[in-house]
Amino acid sequence: MVKVQHEDFDAGVEIAKLRLTRPDIGAVAVFIGQVRDINDGSSVTSMTLEHYPGMTEKMLEDIVAQAKSRCDIFDAVVIHRVGILQPTDQVVLVAVVGAHRGAAFTACEFIMDHLKTQAPFWKKEATGSGERWVEARDSDKAAKARWKQ
Amino acid sequence: MLKLLYFARLREALGVANEELALPGDVRDVAGLMANLAARGGVWQTQFDGGPQIRAAVNQELVANSAAIKAGDEVAFFPPVTGG
Repeated sequence: MVKVQHEDFDAGVEIAKLRLTRPDIGAVAVFIGQVRDINDGSSVTSMTLEHYPGMTEKMLEDIVAQAKSRCDIFDAVVIHRVGILQPTDQVVLVAVVGAHRGAAFTACEFIMDHLKTQAPFWKKEATGSGERWVEARDSDKAAKARWKQ
Repeated sequence: MLKLLYFARLREALGVANEELALPGDVRDVAGLMANLAARGGVWQTQFDGGPQIRAAVNQELVANSAAIKAGDEVAFFPPVTGG
């Protein structure tokens, strides 16, 4: 299940729904990304997240499908927020369920590494000295590249 | 017709979020469309002609600049993504 939404999410509720979907789940791996109040040395007062409606959901579904075919997991949930967010606000939730922790951890990282480099979201930060678009990071590209084989 | 979409920094630079464009006769692929848009001059040339790195999607699929384009396609241009 993937969702792109303005409103906040309750990770506890989402995890509870996911982990109760089947009784042979033995592992739940979760990543939550949140807005930092500092980036590249400047204080961040707020962040605006833009996306490409339609393509974003398709891309996230595709990434989850890839994770499921590649890792031995049962299912995954991705929720990504858009709109104006403040420092400490939650941005993204990835929750993965499987029989064992290894595949669940791996799938969680796989989904995040691909989301960061392929899902059409863009961040614009408001700082004390004005607004700026966040630059893509080489470290994110490298994180995604390590999954190629 | 083509449906063109522009996002984020590119949308702001161009001052346009979307437009409809009759498929130019000599445009066969994404690279050809980018050259056509660059030929508008000014900020279009800056953005589409060796300017900042731009990614493309055709019908909501990420593609290389060699990807084919045909009438009716939705083509989006945007900077490298920064979600998560």
